[in-house]
Amino acid sequence: MDTIPMSDTSHRTATVGSVLTRPPAEPDVAERTPLPDPAERDIVFELAGVEVRYSGVTAIEDVNLKVAAREITAFIGPSGCGKTTVLRTLNRLHDITAGAQVRGTITYHGEDLYGPRVDVAEVRRRIGMVFQKPNPFPKSIHDNVAYGPRINGRKRGEIGDLVEEALRKAALFDEVKDKLKQSALGLSGGQQQRLCIARALAVEPDVILMDEPCSALDPIATARIEDLMQELKANYTLVIVTHNMQQAARASDRTAFFTAEIDDAGRRVGRLIEFDDTEQLFTQPSDSRTEGYITGRFG
Amino acid sequence: MSVVTAPAGGALLRSRPGAKGRKARNHAATALIVVAVLVALIPLVAVIGFVISRGGSVFGWQFLTQDIPVLDRDIGGGMLPAIVGTLIITGGAAAMAVPLGVLGAIYLNEYGQRRRLARVIRFLSEVMTGVPSIVMGLFIYVVWVLHFKNETAFAGSLALACLMLPIVIRTSEEILRLVPHELREGSYALGSRKVRTIRTVVLPHAAPGIVSGVLLAVARAAGETAPLLFTIGFVTSTNTSLFHGPTTALSYQIFHNATSPFVGAQDRAYGAALTLILLVFLFTALARLVTTIYTRRTSASSGA
Repeated sequence: MDTIPMSDTSHRTATVGSVLTRPPAEPDVAERTPLPDPAERDIVFELAGVEVRYSGVTAIEDVNLKVAAREITAFIGPSGCGKTTVLRTLNRLHDITAGAQVRGTITYHGEDLYGPRVDVAEVRRRIGMVFQKPNPFPKSIHDNVAYGPRINGRKRGEIGDLVEEALRKAALFDEVKDKLKQSALGLSGGQQQRLCIARALAVEPDVILMDEPCSALDPIATARIEDLMQELKANYTLVIVTHNMQQAARASDRTAFFTAEIDDAGRRVGRLIEFDDTEQLFTQPSDSRTEGYITGRFG
Repeated sequence: MSVVTAPAGGALLRSRPGAKGRKARNHAATALIVVAVLVALIPLVAVIGFVISRGGSVFGWQFLTQDIPVLDRDIGGGMLPAIVGTLIITGGAAAMAVPLGVLGAIYLNEYGQRRRLARVIRFLSEVMTGVPSIVMGLFIYVVWVLHFKNETAFAGSLALACLMLPIVIRTSEEILRLVPHELREGSYALGSRKVRTIRTVVLPHAAPGIVSGVLLAVARAAGETAPLLFTIGFVTSTNTSLFHGPTTALSYQIFHNATSPFVGAQDRAYGAALTLILLVFLFTALARLVTTIYTRRTSASSGA
C-alpha cells in the first residue's frame, strides 16, 4: 500500500510535506513562494502511526502528520474516511466514547498527549473545539461564553470582559450586545456557530479544532466563518475538517487528504493519502486518488 | 415537462377521480378519532363528577380542619388527621425515594451505561416497577413493623418509597438519555469535568422532565392504600410525628369509610376522595409552575 511515499524512512514521523516526491517543477510552481516547511515552524501536533478503533474495529490507521502553529490545516476526504475521527484524537474526545481506542503516538508541543500524567480537562482547555452542528447550551448568550471561564475558576469581575472580548473575536459582539441575557437558542444557525467559536475562545486555548463548522450554514454565514478563521490564524492554530473541497482550497494553508479503502483482509479502513501545502495538493496532487477526489471523479 | 391543457368547462382545479373516496375516508377517520376521545373522557369526567357530587356535600372548611369521628356512625366530622398523615407519609417517601432515584438514574445513564452492574440495576428496577404495592407493604410489615413492634408514618413512608423508587429511576433515566450528546461534548470540549458537566449542563436540561417524572411517582404514591394497610395503624386525631405513634391517611380513610354500613362514614369517604384528588391536582399544578419558572430562568437569563 503506497499510502505516503516515505522515501527516507529513517523517521516515520517526518512531515509528509518534506518527503513527498514532488513532480518536476513547472514554471508557475517555481514562482509561488512555498510555505515554510512545518519542521521549521513550531510544531503543535505530531502524529505518528495513529490508529483509532471503535469496539475493536479499526476506523483509521497509520496516520503520520505534523500540524504547524498559526496555520490552518484542513482534513478533507469522502464521508466515512475517518477525518473527524483523527480530529477527535487531538483533544482526546474519544475518551468519552465507549469502545473507542487510540493507538500510536500524538505529541502536543513535544509532550505525549496520551501520557499517563496528562490531565484530560487541561488538554481540552488548551485545545478548543467547534462542532459540526452548533451546540450552544440552553442558557443565555452571556452564560454560554462565560461557561468556560467559570469552570476555570476565573473571578466574577473578569468574566464580563472575557465574554465581550471572546464575542468580539468571534465577530458576534455587535449583533448580540443588547441581548446578552437572552437565550442562545434564539440566534440564527450562523450566529450560534460563531457563539460556539466565542465560547471556545473564552477558554483562551492555543488550538481550535473545527469539525465541519460550516456544513449546517448557508453560504453567507459560511463566508463569515471563513473570514473569521483567517483572522484567528494570527493567534491560534486551526485544524478544520471539511468535506467541502472549495473551503479547504480557499481557507487552509495545508491540506491532508484521507480516504477509506477496502484492504486485503476485506476491512474498510481510513488512511491518510496525501498531506501537503494546500496549493500544491490542489494543483499538483502526487497521488492519483487525491487527484480523483479533487477533480470530482469519486467521493 | 407536461403542458397544462385546460379541460372543457374550466375544471383545472377540481378534484381528480378517486378523490371522493379519499375524502370520505378522511371524514370517517376524523369522526372515529373524535368518538374515541369522547369515550376516553367518559370515565374521567364520570369519576370526577361522581366524587364531586357525593363528596361536595360534606366538603368544606370544617371537613378540612376537624378530627375524624371516633364512631363511624356519627355524621359530620373532618379529615384533618388523614390529610396531615398523607402529607407526612408521602413527603417522607419522596424525601427518601427522589434523591436516591435521581442519583441512581444519573449513575445508570452517565456512569454505568452498559456495564454489568448498571444492567443488573436496570433490570431489577424494571422488575420492581411491576411488584404489586401490597407486596411492598407486606415487605415493610415484616422487616420493619414486626421488627420494631410499632406502626408509624415512617413505616408507611418506607413502603411508599419502595414503590416510588423504581418509577423515579426509570423515568429520570429516560429523560437523561434524551439530553443531546452534543451538549455533553460541548461541555467536555471546554475542559469541563464529568461531575461539572452533569451538574451544569445535563441536569438543568433534564430538570423539567425529571420533575414531571418525580411528580407522577408522588401522585401515584399519595393515592396508594395497600402499602399503608398494615404499616401506619389507625387514629382519629392528628399525629404530626413521622416516627412516633400510628397515623392515618386519606386513601386509608376512603377504604375504611366506604366499606362502612353508615351513611355518615360513606359521605366522609367521598369527602376524603375529593380531598385526595384536589391534593394531587395541587401537587401537579405546583410542580408545573416550578418547572416553567425554572426552564425560563435557565434558558433565558443567568442559570449556571
